Amino acid sequence: MRTLSYLFIGIFFGIVMFKSEAASWFRIYEMFSFQSFHMYGIIGSALVIGIVGIQLIKRNNIKSFYGEPIKFTPKDRGVSRYLYGGLIFGLGWALAGACPGPIYTLIGAGYLPILVVLIGSLLGTFLYGLLRKKLPH
Amino acid sequence: MNWIFEPWPWYVAGPLIALIMFLLIFVGKQFGMSSNLRTMCTICGADKKADFFDFNWKDQRWNLMVVLGAIIGGFIAAQFLSTDAAAVAINPETVNKLQSMGIESAGKAYMPTELFGLGALTDIKSLAILLIGGLLIGFGARYAGGCTSGHAISGLSNLQLPSLIAVIGFFAGGLFMIHVLFPLIF
Repeated sequence: MRTLSYLFIGIFFGIVMFKSEAASWFRIYEMFSFQSFHMYGIIGSALVIGIVGIQLIKRNNIKSFYGEPIKFTPKDRGVSRYLYGGLIFGLGWALAGACPGPIYTLIGAGYLPILVVLIGSLLGTFLYGLLRKKLPH
Repeated sequence: MNWIFEPWPWYVAGPLIALIMFLLIFVGKQFGMSSNLRTMCTICGADKKADFFDFNWKDQRWNLMVVLGAIIGGFIAAQFLSTDAAAVAINPETVNKLQSMGIESAGKAYMPTELFGLGALTDIKSLAILLIGGLLIGFGARYAGGCTSGHAISGLSNLQLPSLIAVIGFFAGGLFMIHVLFPLIF
């Protein structure tokens, strides 16, 4: 039952990514060209609701659907990994015009060359795993 | 019901993305898509090469179900919830700019056919762009510990300073790619 709930959340996510055009290469290019409010509106409105909602959960100790306490794990402190990693990710995001969520969505939508992006991102993840100890974090 | 077949505006899509994050929080999980790439590496045997991949991937099976769902969702949206062309109506100025760079499909398609049409699979330059783009996404997301979903949505919603640094990095990298490197690539 829980497994099915993850599947349905994923289906919902895939539909939203495609229909909002957040999965479109053109929308990412347009966003970085500052020629549309669309992507900023999507991220911004999700964020405002997200911030308010998480504060409400924390202040009222709201429990999960299964009655368990909800834990938020803070991110590890640091600057280098977030800055360098973020820069590298941003270069790829703009070049391929997709971030990891939309990569899966576009596979389902039938854009086969996105599989090359997926293979690249698996190789990139593997490369990070190999080099991790040599990188500043 | 016609609105379903039209592109969804930001004020519908943004709140729905927040809803997806909260649904995951309320089933005891968190919203983050790039960590699946690490899980897939481990399943492929990467744990024998680097201890970064030595973890119990079965704990992440739930997230792989989200991935499977996202694939199915993309299929449903493209096949049943869109008109044939599903052309993305980007800013006409953006269309002109892209067409002058040789991306003729701008304004006429959902994805640039130059990169995502079947012809791209036999074009060395397109393949290189897709592969290098993927490499940077995978490497950068794991180095930064998250991508758009994990940092820009989940992390910033929880007011995490590291996520703000990462998101500033995402945008600096994206702006550099499009304004400095694109004129050299296209």
